[in-house]
Amino acid sequence: MSLPELSREEISRYSRHLILDEVGMDGQRKLKGSSVLCIGTGGLGSPLLMYLAAAGVGRIGIVDFDLVDASNLQRQILHGTGTVGTPKVVSAKARVHDINPNVQVDVYEEALTSENALRILEPYDVVVDGTDNFPTRYLVNDACVILGKPNVYGSIFKFEGQASVFNLGDGPNYRDLYPEPPPPGLVPSCAEGGVLGILPGVIGCIQATETLKILLGKGSTLSGRLLLYDALEMRFRELKLRRDPDAEPITELIDYVQFCGVAQHEDAVPEATGPEPFERLSVQAIATRRSEGWAPYVLDVRKPHEAQIVAFDWADRLHPHEDVASIADELPRDRDILIHCKGGVRSAKACAALAERGFDRLYNLEGGITAWAKELDPSMPTY
Amino acid sequence: MAVTVHIPTPLRPYTGGSASVDVEGATVADALAALTTAHPELQKHLRDSKGRLRSFVNVYLGDEDIRFLDKEATPVSSGAELTIVPSIAGGAA
Repeated sequence: MSLPELSREEISRYSRHLILDEVGMDGQRKLKGSSVLCIGTGGLGSPLLMYLAAAGVGRIGIVDFDLVDASNLQRQILHGTGTVGTPKVVSAKARVHDINPNVQVDVYEEALTSENALRILEPYDVVVDGTDNFPTRYLVNDACVILGKPNVYGSIFKFEGQASVFNLGDGPNYRDLYPEPPPPGLVPSCAEGGVLGILPGVIGCIQATETLKILLGKGSTLSGRLLLYDALEMRFRELKLRRDPDAEPITELIDYVQFCGVAQHEDAVPEATGPEPFERLSVQAIATRRSEGWAPYVLDVRKPHEAQIVAFDWADRLHPHEDVASIADELPRDRDILIHCKGGVRSAKACAALAERGFDRLYNLEGGITAWAKELDPSMPTY
Repeated sequence: MAVTVHIPTPLRPYTGGSASVDVEGATVADALAALTTAHPELQKHLRDSKGRLRSFVNVYLGDEDIRFLDKEATPVSSGAELTIVPSIAGGAA
């Protein structure tokens, strides 16, 4: 296939690449003739899309079904205050074209699924995984293996990131690293655990670097290596990654939500079977009961720094959910106990932990303080 | 043998926030047992109900995955570094 020519404007735009031996005129034309699919336009996708666009990748596909939210802007620098509320793919496309109008942008405003993944991935040279959940990560991996496409991987949590290149040539893939996902609830999400805003910038830039190297055919990629980055300690570590000889061959796409669901893991952290030993109450139900005189003991199981952001002035005690059992002796057994957190997940765990210790008047605030703020008291901040 | 175990961010709440823990042990299994004895809350995050290492938790001796060495029976020498690497999925949200 003959490579596209560069226009006079492009030669001027890419001059710092053109004078690099490792890129040069041939490399820049290669980039122009290449295509990359970026799945997710969030923290990882933000720097990645901006740098790939600036670098002159000819065609970029963007997959995202979400809208820009104000809480994205702390790290998703692709989007801005002016695009809050608009589809992320629309915001992303506008930003990419502002950086480099020479780039063809293909937009997929849909969730990646087992039904559409092969069709969406097929027309691209390289796939970049900038997703935020296990089902989509396994889906992207398996689709790349089936289609024979390199998958540039990056993942983040709080202050820590991982990066690698999967399925490049005979190289290992995500399932060689982790054959199975963790059971739900054992690994908190960024929405639950938080993330340093700059962290996805670092990892996304590493993904962008690896993508360009694959397209150019230059240097040594992270294929066969897992790079770990700890922002808090400012330390990079590198681990070997091999093909797992016991791995099942990947021949078709499966139901990834089920694969990552509870059903698969009989050895998961023990989940309650049968009826839950506590009652789940909506914010409306709680408001109604309180207006009728219900006065439960209220336990906030978030971290102290979260309570500094927003808290109920009618809460009795603040104690993090992880070791709520340690204060069991200090909680009333002759009163109803209403437990809440930010979104309702940690408080349900705390309810279960206290039920194990014989408490039987437990109520979980469904949706947490966030639901309360959104549905009943918009003057309360959300985070 | 004195061994340093590097603890990943998601598991640090169970080591009192420590990024690394020094333990004694002659094998990887010994070292991990010493780790979970010192920090019992880690146990359920590292092992399933049958005591096996969870499939989404990898352990590396130096830069080698112990699955490709002698698994948990792999001997460790003094000053060795073990790294626990669980899968994390964050990125966009």
